[in-house]
Amino acid sequence: MVKIFKHLNIDVEYVENQTCCGQPAFNSGYWEEIIPAAERFIEIFKDKEFVVAPSGSCVAMIRVFYDQLPINDRARKNLENLKNRIFEFTEFLVDVYGVESLGGRFAHRVTYHDSCHLNRELGVKSQPRKLLHGIEDLEFVEMENSEACCGFGGTFSYKFKDLSIEMVKRKCEYIESTGAEYCIGADSSCLMNIEGYLRKHGMKAKTMHIAELLAKSLNL
Amino acid sequence: MKTTPLRIKKYVKQSLQNDLMRAAVRKATAIAVEKRQKLVDEIPYWEILRKKNHSYKREVIENLDRYLLRFESECKKNNFQVHWAIDSEEARRIVLKIAKENNVKKVVKSKSLTTEEIHLNSALIEEGIETIETDLGEYIVQLEGRTPSHLTMPALHLSRQDIGRLFSEKLGVDYTDDPSGLLSIARKRLRGHFLTADMGITGVNFGIAETGALCIIENEANAHLTVYLPRIHVAIMGIEKVIPSTKSLPYFLKVLPVSATGQKCSTYVNIIGGPTQNKFKEGPGQVHVILLDNGRSKILKDPELRESLFCIRCGACLNICPVYQQIGGHAYGWVYMGPIGCVLIPQYLGLSEGKYAPFLSSLCYACYKNCPVQIEIPNHLLKLRNRIVKAKKSMLLERIFIALWAYLIRHPKLYRFATWFPGRVQLLIPKGRSFPVPGYIKERSIGRFDSKGFRKRYYDLLKESR
Repeated sequence: MVKIFKHLNIDVEYVENQTCCGQPAFNSGYWEEIIPAAERFIEIFKDKEFVVAPSGSCVAMIRVFYDQLPINDRARKNLENLKNRIFEFTEFLVDVYGVESLGGRFAHRVTYHDSCHLNRELGVKSQPRKLLHGIEDLEFVEMENSEACCGFGGTFSYKFKDLSIEMVKRKCEYIESTGAEYCIGADSSCLMNIEGYLRKHGMKAKTMHIAELLAKSLNL
Repeated sequence: MKTTPLRIKKYVKQSLQNDLMRAAVRKATAIAVEKRQKLVDEIPYWEILRKKNHSYKREVIENLDRYLLRFESECKKNNFQVHWAIDSEEARRIVLKIAKENNVKKVVKSKSLTTEEIHLNSALIEEGIETIETDLGEYIVQLEGRTPSHLTMPALHLSRQDIGRLFSEKLGVDYTDDPSGLLSIARKRLRGHFLTADMGITGVNFGIAETGALCIIENEANAHLTVYLPRIHVAIMGIEKVIPSTKSLPYFLKVLPVSATGQKCSTYVNIIGGPTQNKFKEGPGQVHVILLDNGRSKILKDPELRESLFCIRCGACLNICPVYQQIGGHAYGWVYMGPIGCVLIPQYLGLSEGKYAPFLSSLCYACYKNCPVQIEIPNHLLKLRNRIVKAKKSMLLERIFIALWAYLIRHPKLYRFATWFPGRVQLLIPKGRSFPVPGYIKERSIGRFDSKGFRKRYYDLLKESR
């Protein structure tokens, strides 16, 4: 992601003392425990023009779920502002920066997995596809039920392991049916889950984050 | 009183081992999803309909006292006999009293999950009253001796071969798995029961407050015959099933069949306005409406979760749920299953007994997107998870872990150390192997951690570009 921003001459900064937005704990019901972390997050990104994350679930946490936390008034005020400045990576490139083709090349067959928060919470579905179509020689195949959940769900993958495995198994079957060499996605948690199953079962496809793909297509 | 948690984890495990059931569930839900989506794509104002139905339900639920009293008063004007039942026991008592007073020997029932909720069938059978389910799916499930596994397709967990074997075994007929053959067997049996029943028991889809009428929708005409043929009709209605007016009814009728079975409209829409009038020779002489609370008023008092009372029991959330599609309905362990079941279980059965239900979800949000009355199911699941944690009902080990992690994310230097350290420990693990994470790595491999880490790579990149 950083390489791509540099390639586009976008001024990028890494805020060193960032840690985590607290989503895994929030999703498991631990809201009070992450209030200080949420207030901290809002504070350290307060004066940044744009905040971009290569993850739909992280951005959804800030834009959609931080409202539920009883954070202090100052943080709440800053949150309203932050919500307008924080974007997922493909959303930023297409909707904010306004580019659909970066001029790269990647001569392989790929398919795309719509991660749940990115697709349903943030409504980002066309942007990654536009970027994929903007890559020369890339053969794009839609998989059946691309929007179906991969089964990760954070601690769900641990609390209901066997069920989670059946869900990712079904997703991997859909991927295999496309004959794709790569399954692209915009959330590392989904990709880690899917990659885990693909590798353990010796399946053909590999996962790749869309940022990684775009960088590769530009030989960065 | 200490309650034992509903054994959801055990039921899920059992369900995952039942390949035949899972294949049947996968097929049926895929068809339902496809049919629904096709119709939704043809209705450009679908989202407006969802919003409208949501607002009708909000209006009623937030003023339920007023609407229920109006409903009761209008029903009484139409010569309904109206009863109020605070819980299952009282509801059963009322039904048995009506049956006894009227010398009822045989009951026919149309599909009603509310009657499942109050365990009505076993109460009737214990009193020696023959009780026949007339909805085909419910009839099958009754023969099987189980409970329904879906809100609108009770026998979804069975293939037609399963049903063929069941009919052959329980009804003594020759085996067939041809759908029209099976249907004709059931129809012949049920006709006999309809004609000899003393009382018909139904649920209610919508109770119209303005006019004091009951609306029951169906595809088989069994509800129609259940209401019309016996001399007494008893309708059991959860208090949340009220809708404001006749004007609001078409909005619900537009979304419910589409969401439930992918139909443009149900084959039959029954609107019952009271017992038969003197000049007609058809229809029941008495119609009773039993208004059932059984925990609904408790949910009503809860501003954060009362939206779960908006549910019109269409089953769309079940069909699209990636969890339900894998495990079917019996895995939830209660009469209401799927995403809405996960929200209702802890509210009806308590946080202790229902403590696993809200976690039986990956929070994918597909249910919310499909709900015709826009119930924000995942938000309710998150709130329930929070309540379970606050009530100290989550695992101790988990609480410790989270406390530790919450501390780390407030201290960036420690956090960096904690994320750097596993990379060092990994050097002790031979190449090609990864961290042992029990359970998770059963069918999934975990790759190697990036030994460099983002921070180092970032600074290296900066150096390069200078």
